Amino acid sequence: MKILVAVKRVIDANVKVRVKQDGSGVETANVKMAMNPFCEIAVEEGVRMREAGSATEMIAVSIGPAVAQETVRTALAMGADRGIVVEADAALEPLAVAKILKAIAEKEKPDLILMGKQAVDGDNNQTGQMLSALLGWSQGTFASKIKVDGGKATVTREVDGGLETVALKMPAVVTTDLRLNQPRYASLPNIMKAKKKPIEMLKPDALGVDTTPRLETIKVAEPAKRQAGVKVADVAELVAKLRTEAKVIP
Amino acid sequence: MTVLVVAEHDNKTLRPATLNAVTAAKALGEVTVLVAGQGCGAVADAAAKIQGVAKVVKVEAAHLEHQTAEAMAPLVAKLADGRSHVLATATTFGKNLMPRAAALLDVQQISDVSAIEGPDTFQRPIYAGNAIQTVRSKDAIKVLTVRQTAFDPAASEGGSAAVETAPATDDPGLSTFVGQELTKSERPELTAARVVISGGRGMQSGDNFKLIEAVADKLGAAVGASRAAVDAGFVPNDYQVGQTGKVVAPELYVAVGISGAIQHLAGMKDSKVIVAINKDEEAPIFQVADYGLVDDLFKALPALAAELSK
Repeated sequence: MKILVAVKRVIDANVKVRVKQDGSGVETANVKMAMNPFCEIAVEEGVRMREAGSATEMIAVSIGPAVAQETVRTALAMGADRGIVVEADAALEPLAVAKILKAIAEKEKPDLILMGKQAVDGDNNQTGQMLSALLGWSQGTFASKIKVDGGKATVTREVDGGLETVALKMPAVVTTDLRLNQPRYASLPNIMKAKKKPIEMLKPDALGVDTTPRLETIKVAEPAKRQAGVKVADVAELVAKLRTEAKVIP
Repeated sequence: MTVLVVAEHDNKTLRPATLNAVTAAKALGEVTVLVAGQGCGAVADAAAKIQGVAKVVKVEAAHLEHQTAEAMAPLVAKLADGRSHVLATATTFGKNLMPRAAALLDVQQISDVSAIEGPDTFQRPIYAGNAIQTVRSKDAIKVLTVRQTAFDPAASEGGSAAVETAPATDDPGLSTFVGQELTKSERPELTAARVVISGGRGMQSGDNFKLIEAVADKLGAAVGASRAAVDAGFVPNDYQVGQTGKVVAPELYVAVGISGAIQHLAGMKDSKVIVAINKDEEAPIFQVADYGLVDDLFKALPALAAELSK
């Protein structure tokens, strides 16, 4: 089985983002960047399949600025075999990303595509579903368990009411949720080894994909701020305030 | 302007989340609700009674019984033809289905819409709600998922829409439903509850959530959790409140033993009144709490249950 894993370079999830003064976006200059946490889980899952022998090759692909090579390099250090970076100057929308990934999938012919359920920058939660639709494949979103066996993937999904299990015809697109695994940290020897693994650089045009944006960002603003309230001395004062001041309990 | 709302249901009952999408849809045009499933006549009748719904389209087929995205998306894309907007609520159902339908329509979906500024202009939270983006869509059909807490539910009674039947699209034969393990609870649904009480890592074990449940019983509250508590296995995944879990905005939110990471705040900071109970007075949760109690939760929770009985 051949696996393709898509990874995205985002502002580190632990950084408190700041909205730019001119309302055009958020501040990204001199901000720590990292692999999207859900993508790390996707890479880990692929590496485990690779280690278990169920996967024969694993390719990590990222779409973004040239520096997205660093993110692909991280995936290589975790255990991916080779990398692809599709260089895009501007931030692309999920539909355009899905179209690029479709072109890569048609070229590489993976049996399974793993990706995060959402990126923590745009919080869109779209790309995996869109890619699956464009390829005409099955989809297993928000996966907390994946089992591949005899041309079929059995995926347990985290849904609003609990868990749901679906059987997917392969090839399939599976998007990862938090409980799928605990991603590893790349070891120093593996980081060194990853430097020698190949990364192919591509452009969207060369793949024949039109990435013209469909959405125009009018502005990006700070959300309404909550003010810190008061500290209460004990439970009795808390309940009294909730009853008589906030009036939220009888 | 005609708007298609994809109803969420289990073939027997209409999920309340659909009512929030209807409210958003009413702001955009005449509302048609799609009820697709198998043996879902009662759901179609319920949808017809929602106030403000002009028409219900019922589609039944064996392969639509579990409403997999693979089976549903071609149908939604077909019925979207000639309409201005297609909406669903941003539940796991809507999140799973709508991008697939949008891609078939060659449309860039707008996820988790929190405000409608005009027929093509929408607000949505990004970066865990730390920024609000306003976008204008250039696509002919707008495909949206809407944030449940940002739109009031439409009245479930009072409407009298006609129910039409439409044919299903073909079974793509890509995926099959195997089974489900749903969390059983007598408590109100997390996303619709008037009061929510959530526990975090500070609860130390799943067993200790009994202390939270005792308070929830007194308040008629739903029980939630932070990611840390879910990752530690204290409670099931469907309890998670946050950026990538459920978004709640109750009248009263009580955070117990939760430090208040931005990812958790993203899921609850629109609550009307927030209470935080934490022994660490430096915990960031206190920065958003209306009422903060610095105390050991193992003392505070039983005391709270007792005080609420008075």
